[in-house]
Amino acid sequence: MRYLLTLFLLFAPIAKAQEVVVGLSDQEIGIDAFFDGSDLFIYGAIRPSASSLVSFEDPYDVIITIASPREPVTVRRKERRFGIWVNVDAVDVDLAPTVYALATSAPLADVLADTEDLRHSISVPRMIRSVGAPMDVEGAEDFAVAVKRIRQNNGLYQTLENSIELRANTLFSTSIPLPANLTEGDYDLRVFITRQGSVMALHESQIPVQKVGAERWLFDLAHENPVLYGLLSLAIAIFAGWGASAVFQLARR
Amino acid sequence: MSIYLPIAEVSVNAFLLLGLGGLVGVLSGMFGVGGGFLMTPLLFFIGIPPAVAVATEANQIVASSFSGVLAHLRRRTVDFRMGTVLLVGGLIGAGLGVFVFNYLKSLGQVDLLVKLCYVVFLGIIGSLMFVESLSALRRAGTPTAAPKRKKHTWVHNLPFKMKFRVSGLYISVIPPALVGVAVGVLAAIMGVGGGFIMVPAMIYLLGMPTKVVVGTSLFQIIFVTAFTTMLHATTNYTVDMVLAVLLLVGGVIGAQFGTIIGAKLRAEQLRVLLALIVIAVCAKLALDLIIQPTELFSLGDSGGH
Repeated sequence: MRYLLTLFLLFAPIAKAQEVVVGLSDQEIGIDAFFDGSDLFIYGAIRPSASSLVSFEDPYDVIITIASPREPVTVRRKERRFGIWVNVDAVDVDLAPTVYALATSAPLADVLADTEDLRHSISVPRMIRSVGAPMDVEGAEDFAVAVKRIRQNNGLYQTLENSIELRANTLFSTSIPLPANLTEGDYDLRVFITRQGSVMALHESQIPVQKVGAERWLFDLAHENPVLYGLLSLAIAIFAGWGASAVFQLARR
Repeated sequence: MSIYLPIAEVSVNAFLLLGLGGLVGVLSGMFGVGGGFLMTPLLFFIGIPPAVAVATEANQIVASSFSGVLAHLRRRTVDFRMGTVLLVGGLIGAGLGVFVFNYLKSLGQVDLLVKLCYVVFLGIIGSLMFVESLSALRRAGTPTAAPKRKKHTWVHNLPFKMKFRVSGLYISVIPPALVGVAVGVLAAIMGVGGGFIMVPAMIYLLGMPTKVVVGTSLFQIIFVTAFTTMLHATTNYTVDMVLAVLLLVGGVIGAQFGTIIGAKLRAEQLRVLLALIVIAVCAKLALDLIIQPTELFSLGDSGGH
């Protein structure tokens, strides 16, 4: 009886609010000295809900997004002045994640209606927000596009269409390669279940990404005790300089 | 083998960093330049954030200069008196330079100014050195031409004279101190040790013998860059120890080889080589400013930089 009650309590809120259960290969990502990117395996199941009027047989689609914490970024544009290329104007793009991955089970245009994209900010152009772009700068939207282009070229923004495997219209799984240049913070994971372009269910959770081991220790020391850190850096430099010199003296004898 | 840099927050190939350190280290040992004017642009190129590159480079220069200066100490080619006078000027200059840098930062366009500084100074010094050392090489070829070393100029009529025995000079402390200040200012603005400016200044302005110049400039650079490292570490938190260690392991080894090579080449040949390298870096930077970049937009931290 108690067991049944626990089971009921465990699943009751999910059945009401969510129709999707999600699991991850890593609950958190640690960046150590040899961190070289990480493949995050995401799996889950779609639970048909009683309230759903559409029959179970109608095909679902899955969209997964992973976004690093959003940060403002300054974008500068160059123009030729006096024969050399100089930065002529700058726009602050209010909020853009440094890392963003978007995976889908079918081509994005087929699985997501534009209105839903607008509401949930899913596709790369939609998820960069530049509300405060000054009106005096010509072509302000070009700047947001530039953020997208530069970060796509650096492998920081990825769109992985058709990369989610959906089985029996219920179980889904995918592996998302996260780049080596991850920044720290709580990454937002969103899993959308869509049908004919409209979002039927949404799962949201966070994946903490942080430095571990020696990386953590050095980073903390640099910020909490900068004088000691600076002196330690200098000591290493002097010691290495002396060491190399001494070794070479021995080698030449 | 990739390694994740804790402060720069990027993942870079460790052997690439060791190689870069070694290459620049050889030049450092040969010419007595810190090598920052080469290393800093190279670090930008492999994707290290500029603020981290400049700060960490200062730390790396401490190591390669220290290694280099030990080799020169053994050969007694360091003029401590001259080095100290230059150092006093250099620290004052570095303080002034940071002040100027921050003022220009508030005006914007500091990146462009730094690059223009590089192009102008590298261009002038590179071509002057090249022309002078070429003609020196040619003069050395003809046996009749006696080198006229110690000319009596206005430099020798200033007060506060001091004997610099190692350099074989008896001159006023004002010119070397001013050289130190000027180098300090430029070093702080351009994020380099300043050897490539100081070495020619010591040879042509102060008339010091080339062999002494290298060791003495390394001696001064150690202290100025150590000062800069501490400033960056305590104000901007941009010194990346892992990056510095990789660069300096390559750098200190390279510097030892460089010193050996430098001792085997003739002074004029050394100067021709340094002049060519300086001109090449200058040309590359100038072309970058003139040729249309493929990406007209660039990303930076919000709130200036």
